[in-house]
Amino acid sequence: MPKIRRSILAVVLAAFATVALVACGDDDETASPTTETTALACEKADLALVTPGTLTVATDSPAFPPYVIDDDPTSGKGFESAVAYAIAEELGFTAEEVTWIRVPFNSTFAPGPKKFDFDLNQVSIKAERQKGADFSSPYYTTPQGVLVAGDSEFAGATTLTDLKDAQIGVQVGTTSLDAVNEVIAPGKQVRVFNDSNDVVRALKNGQVDAIVTDLPTTLYLRDAVVEGSTLVGQFEAPGGDDWGAVLEKDSELTPCVTAAVDSLRDSGELASITEQWIGAEAPVLALE
Amino acid sequence: MDIAPDRRAAREAARRRHARRGSVVAAVSSVVVLGGLAMLIVSSPGWEDVQRTFFSWEVFRDSFPDVLAGFWLDVKLFLVVEAVVLVLALGVALVRSTRAPALFPVRLMATVFTDVMRGVPVILVVYLIGFGVPALGIAPDWLVQDPIYLGGIALALCYTAYVAEVYRAGLDSVHPSQRAAALAVGLSETQAMRHVIVPQAVRRVVPPLLNDFISLQKDVALVAILGPQEAFRVAQISAASDFNFTPFLAAAMLYLMVTVPLARIVDRQQAKARRRQGHVVAT
Repeated sequence: MPKIRRSILAVVLAAFATVALVACGDDDETASPTTETTALACEKADLALVTPGTLTVATDSPAFPPYVIDDDPTSGKGFESAVAYAIAEELGFTAEEVTWIRVPFNSTFAPGPKKFDFDLNQVSIKAERQKGADFSSPYYTTPQGVLVAGDSEFAGATTLTDLKDAQIGVQVGTTSLDAVNEVIAPGKQVRVFNDSNDVVRALKNGQVDAIVTDLPTTLYLRDAVVEGSTLVGQFEAPGGDDWGAVLEKDSELTPCVTAAVDSLRDSGELASITEQWIGAEAPVLALE
Repeated sequence: MDIAPDRRAAREAARRRHARRGSVVAAVSSVVVLGGLAMLIVSSPGWEDVQRTFFSWEVFRDSFPDVLAGFWLDVKLFLVVEAVVLVLALGVALVRSTRAPALFPVRLMATVFTDVMRGVPVILVVYLIGFGVPALGIAPDWLVQDPIYLGGIALALCYTAYVAEVYRAGLDSVHPSQRAAALAVGLSETQAMRHVIVPQAVRRVVPPLLNDFISLQKDVALVAILGPQEAFRVAQISAASDFNFTPFLAAAMLYLMVTVPLARIVDRQQAKARRRQGHVVAT
């Protein structure tokens, strides 16, 4: 009899299993960005541009800080605006030779011809998106951000050690949980919620002292969702999204933009742009 | 009594033969049905994939200690909530059984309470109390900061309503003559309730009470939505990190390890109750 019961159990579980498997079929793996290391002809005169002589760069309308300050990308103020001008300079363009256009987020990586040479709009590099468009190598990898209530005792935290005694909340299935456990290693077991609404609710209610999400989300939550909250800082953690410039599928310009981004990264200029615009919003939390 | 001994022997032999044939038929039909199902599943094209994602021994071994630690939280919560529910529910049932006109508002409140709490999904009550009470801003810090308290309160409220109805059915099932007799021998209403009606009622409702226990033991997992890392949540976390669902199986096994023995106790209690009432018990 016990044997039969066990097989009944196995059968029932297998049936559930099959249903669950079918329901959980999607996954979005981050694929490596397009990199071609053939000899590049990235001379300014040889570039295949939408409008010859000028570099046409796209971003969303409206564009938000800290990516674009005051919704004016031509100012060079804001992270993505600054990155765009830095890439332009690498390619040999002056600031006057850069034109901006506005393209909604979803149509940036939709298949088809593009009205821009490249687009900077916090677009994560994903295999699915690479079917319809090219991506440069990443100019940014999202770190984790820590958000607390403005009147919290942790609002003045400057190091990860300062957060050790905080009750931290995260959303289930995100990389934030691993990041918190590995990097902060808090004394209190992390609270894990079903979705970001519940995480935010718990922070507003004082049920958790701090919440951890990827930094762009933290910025959004601070500015638009949790009134009076404080972004105490950011920390590096594995598994962040890579953002790349979007180009037309199989564009000849892709390897050139990638080379420009790589060169900015190697020279340290990318790091200093990141520090200037995003670090100002969210200081890097020191390990000690 | 006046049946001839040989006729009785023949009847019993026939009964035994019949029972033997019954077990053979049961065994064969079990093998055919379950074996067929098992073969269908194992020979299906996706079986290897299912086996890897749901029945991976390595993943099971790695995730089990964490899931078990989470399950301990479930067990503790279950035991405390159950104790609270048993007391509160009897109170609600007794209130609903009162007759004094002056107690009408209390009766009304008890009725509304059971209607509402039984009519709303448990997960909704956990959600509303777990996130709603802290939002009021009047709850003390200790209550707000540990979701186990609010989750436990939500579960206790829901199950109090169910169990109160079970108690009330038990109270109603005691024949009115019992009360009349108790009053006749000089007991007060309260004494009659305390010494005559409640003991008989509780005895009768033990099987359905255990049934609600089993249900509660599973529903404690709903507290996970408030953030604590109990067995289901721990399984969910480890399933999400390596895209393997085996940890859910580990959690399911732990729940079964508690609920299946409880189910057998219910069966035994029910059989006992039937015997007490003089019915023949089929085994």
